Amino acid sequence: MDLYLVEAIINGILLGGVLALLALGLNLIFGVIDVVWIAYADIVMCGMYVIYFLYASYGVPLPLAFLIAIVAMAGFGMLVHILIISPVLNSAPINQLLATGGLLFFLQSFATLLFGTDFRNIGVRLPVLEVGSVYISFSRLIAFGVGLVGAIVLYVFLKRTYIGTAIRAIAQDRDIIGLMGVDQRRIYLVTSAIGGALAGLAACLLALQYDVHPYIGNTFGPVIFMICVLGGLGNMIGGFIASFIISQIISIGGYYSSTELAYVFAFGFFIVLMFIRPRGLFAR
Amino acid sequence: MSNLRIAALAGLTAVFIALPFFVPIYFMHLVIQILLWAFIYTAWSLMGRFGFVSFGHGAFMGVGAYVPALLWNYYDVTPWLGIPVAVALSAVLAVVIGYPCFRLKVVGHYFALVTLALSQVVLLSLVAAREITGGSLGFTIRTVGHSWYALQFPEKIYFYGIALVIWLIGILAWQRIDHGIGREALEAISEDEDAAASIGINVLREKLRVTIVSAALTALGGAIYGQYIMYLNPESVSGIAVSLQIVFAAILGGVYSMLGPTIGSIFTLSLTEGLRVWFGTNFIGAANTIYGVLLVLCIIFMPQGIVGRLQGIKLWRRAPVKPAAAE
Repeated sequence: MDLYLVEAIINGILLGGVLALLALGLNLIFGVIDVVWIAYADIVMCGMYVIYFLYASYGVPLPLAFLIAIVAMAGFGMLVHILIISPVLNSAPINQLLATGGLLFFLQSFATLLFGTDFRNIGVRLPVLEVGSVYISFSRLIAFGVGLVGAIVLYVFLKRTYIGTAIRAIAQDRDIIGLMGVDQRRIYLVTSAIGGALAGLAACLLALQYDVHPYIGNTFGPVIFMICVLGGLGNMIGGFIASFIISQIISIGGYYSSTELAYVFAFGFFIVLMFIRPRGLFAR
Repeated sequence: MSNLRIAALAGLTAVFIALPFFVPIYFMHLVIQILLWAFIYTAWSLMGRFGFVSFGHGAFMGVGAYVPALLWNYYDVTPWLGIPVAVALSAVLAVVIGYPCFRLKVVGHYFALVTLALSQVVLLSLVAAREITGGSLGFTIRTVGHSWYALQFPEKIYFYGIALVIWLIGILAWQRIDHGIGREALEAISEDEDAAASIGINVLREKLRVTIVSAALTALGGAIYGQYIMYLNPESVSGIAVSLQIVFAAILGGVYSMLGPTIGSIFTLSLTEGLRVWFGTNFIGAANTIYGVLLVLCIIFMPQGIVGRLQGIKLWRRAPVKPAAAE
């Protein structure tokens, strides 16, 4: 087999890890709060700016900058929930989608206002591994590993802790849960914080690979929604598998043609699949 | 149409007709843009008011803008032919996406996200075909000076007239749908699709019809916009950014009223231009920042939009239609 193709497939798998992490956060929020945060990728963008300024401008050590970004985005997630989501919690779903769409506009333009449209890079260069004759980017490998570990930790958290159980219960039946003595608002806040933290974690991984600019959310945003819908909105395992399918289409498609066409294939695949399985790949 | 609405429409039209005699050339440019976008927003709200929130109108606009321009530059086809071709293609695209969606009851979130994918497909295809379209660098329409054949006019007044006419076409289309039997049917569908089907409404046909009209008009708007600006960029006439711009300006103005989208266009473009002039380019994101905050506030506090809100206060006509609850 062609070595470059092998490289494309491996890169696809690695890309899938990051996408899976992003899809996980979005899916968690959807599954529990039943709201699509269309500005999710833009929260990742905010996290990347936090890392950039802490590390590149103020000289904060990278691990600490990562930690601060994750915590800050967790707080930001709660803020988004309190300010934007809770007032529209009982409105039509499409209004909730639009309210977070307003947030998307706000975050992108505010970032443009504050930081301009320059592309900024934190300037960390990680080595490239050579396995046999295939080159693998180390930062992608880390991103993949962290993405997987993040997914597993979240899974264990949801399965083994009290709050995790409450979160899963609320996702199953939000009306009955109040009767069980669970404070719905608190669970929503915790979920938003976890969603934000996952966005922060994704920001750490993406900051190692990409330049940050105000519109970077537009690059990832649509792909993540597509993955979540393909896997079935709210279905975390489905989203996880869909991440790898889409990342393979993008990666192998990019190998045979251009990057843009690869994305066209991915979106086209998504549209066609929506017609074959309107409730997602793994809907029962 | 109530007397008040006729008066409002007549008043606005009179103002628009009188404008070129009073305002300087720069404002003409602004007013033309307001009218063209108002037309596109009105076209979107034909669907949006019934709860079919499409994030795919950037795709229709992109097709509308690029097809006549490409035909003109490469094959010397006059826009008089190119524009109908673009409108037809857009209508076909609307059917290709709309038919399976409506057939399989892809609604609400899912419909919004499928159409979002469509607008990305068109955007990325335009970028990918950079040999022909110039990709992200954009595409300049070949100029020939003043020409009816090429639909190119250096003097603003011509495009002002054209923009005014198509804006009125948009308003008339809105009127027709508002007064047709279809409106009742579509409102019923947006409340409860199965119930609507059970009383004999052909859900698929009604939805498809309004989608085709909406897509075709959006393509027309995109085509005229392209002819006016003479420079096309995939990011500025298609894709997620344009789709969101269309959705939000229409909603901000109010999709449940005839002049709502127009007010949305006047409001958002004036805000953008005003802030740009006052603050200069240093504050390049200022307008959209304020805009974003307004949108969130608007959706929380007045989902019926600016005009809807005013109507609510004045008890103008029947109570505004409730925001459709899409599943």
